[in-house]
Amino acid sequence: MDDLYRELIIDRYKNPQFRGELNPNDITFEDDNPYCGDHIRVDVRLDENGVVTEAAYSGEGCSISQAAADLLIEYIHGKTLDEVKALTKEDVLDLLGIELGPVRLKCALLSLKVLKAGAYGLGEATDDLVA
Amino acid sequence: MKPTHPPKIVLDVQKIRADFPVLEREVRPGVPLIYLDSTATSQKPRQVLEAMDRFYRRTNANIHRGIHTLAEEATAGYEAARERIARFIGAAAAHEVIFVRNTTEAINLVAYSWGRANLNAGDVIVLTEMEHHSNLVPWQMLAAELDLRLEFIPVTPEGLLDLDAYHRLLDLHPKLVTFTHMSNVLGTINPAQEIIAAAHAVGAVTLVDGAQSVPHLPVDVQTLGADFLAFSGHKMLGPSGIGVLYGRGELLEAMPPFLGGGDMIKRVELRSFSVNALPYKFEAGTPAIAEAVGLGAAVEYLAAIGMEAVEQYEHEMIAYVLERLEEIPGVRVFGPEAQHKGAVAAFTLPEAHAHDISQVLDDFGIAVRAGHHCAMPLHTKFGIPATARASFYIYNTRQEVDRLVEGIYKVKEIFG
Ligand SMILES: Cc1ncc(COP(=O)(O)O)c(C=O)c1O
Repeated sequence: MDDLYRELIIDRYKNPQFRGELNPNDITFEDDNPYCGDHIRVDVRLDENGVVTEAAYSGEGCSISQAAADLLIEYIHGKTLDEVKALTKEDVLDLLGIELGPVRLKCALLSLKVLKAGAYGLGEATDDLVA
Repeated sequence: MKPTHPPKIVLDVQKIRADFPVLEREVRPGVPLIYLDSTATSQKPRQVLEAMDRFYRRTNANIHRGIHTLAEEATAGYEAARERIARFIGAAAAHEVIFVRNTTEAINLVAYSWGRANLNAGDVIVLTEMEHHSNLVPWQMLAAELDLRLEFIPVTPEGLLDLDAYHRLLDLHPKLVTFTHMSNVLGTINPAQEIIAAAHAVGAVTLVDGAQSVPHLPVDVQTLGADFLAFSGHKMLGPSGIGVLYGRGELLEAMPPFLGGGDMIKRVELRSFSVNALPYKFEAGTPAIAEAVGLGAAVEYLAAIGMEAVEQYEHEMIAYVLERLEEIPGVRVFGPEAQHKGAVAAFTLPEAHAHDISQVLDDFGIAVRAGHHCAMPLHTKFGIPATARASFYIYNTRQEVDRLVEGIYKVKEIFG
């Protein structure tokens, strides 16, 4: 557990750097984790070359889901839309630096799922986006 | 519980614990299991495990129609379980006990068989805001199909049903009143007898979701006056895969069958069939035979302790749990005070999400559940996405409650 609750995670949970909403935005998407009621919205602004200039997330959830969102949003700044589309589960786990069981994995990956559904312009966020 | 009188010892918890093999296990080396998730599913005593093991080792055969020794023994075992369960809930006859998979299936059986035959467009069903999804979604589905109207008895901020509002809803002359006897989140024990009597006075049929009450309280269908009672074996020391629909004889007689197939028929021709007698009319296909035998053993185990003793033990337990939890700054426990409550404590902490609470507690070997507990509308009502829920049964001790409290302090330390 002391691993799971690394200082980084607790710190990002308590002092998030990228919480908020961006209006207007170029990409926005939100979704729930039906198992636990976590909710995440992600907003992204792109420049004319499709590079992320600003991004933010909002919603509520456990420390893992919120810290993962905060770290992910930081990470995509300066990335192109294609790079965002290509993000994987491993990228998020590397950012968190922990191993997770199947239930907490869903918490950790909610923000990535929402971000990718928005990046691809999909109608819904499906699990295969973060498989 | 009056503080001036020490609680009377109503059951021997150490003796009970010795019957539950899983309680001997350590979750991790040096960390014994503290199982506080019996509302989701209970643990099983060896008496139940042995009854099922014995069935498979010595008797296993399909029931009915066999004239060989094993088939006769299997049928006798299955029917003996039914009789034992009928006595346990005070049913007038064993054929009023229908074996199903679980509470959810029992409720769906009533919705599709009784509901389709008796409800018409515009008819009103009264439910409550504290229902488990399994006593909500089947009625939403039926309402969409038949154009029914669903009305809900509100839950007060204290977590009780607003009975004045209920009495006003009865002016709509509902055809059915369906409600949980005990909430799996708030722990609220609803005044079932009063709710049923008022429903009957306006001619409504009543269904009691007994998933939480039958395992934890004395439940007698005659005293309650219930028309239908649904419950699950796995929450009352029995195996999963077996549950019960109790129905009053005349109602069950008049209902069309639910699933079609073997065993539910008397006679079949190529284009027609005639329906078998109760309870077989509602038991199509090979049932969960060993599981029924296991549930019979579970009921025998509970009856030997006595449901009054179970109720009293858990009542004293929840009073202690609430007292200890209320000491912890910031803890918010949902639901009424101990007097109206079964041994369920769903709570939140300002500094940590339910998942995080449950994860830290797991480090202490403590199993609690985190989420909406299949009661999303109720959580919405209280404005919270999720709670952590600790629930207690006859094998839990006060020492375990003390560990829970220590664990919650640890959560506060990590997230505070
Ligand atoms: C009040 C209540 N009703 C219904 C159910 C559904 O039981 P099952 O999943 O066994 O069908 C539960 C189980 O959590 C419950 O607590």
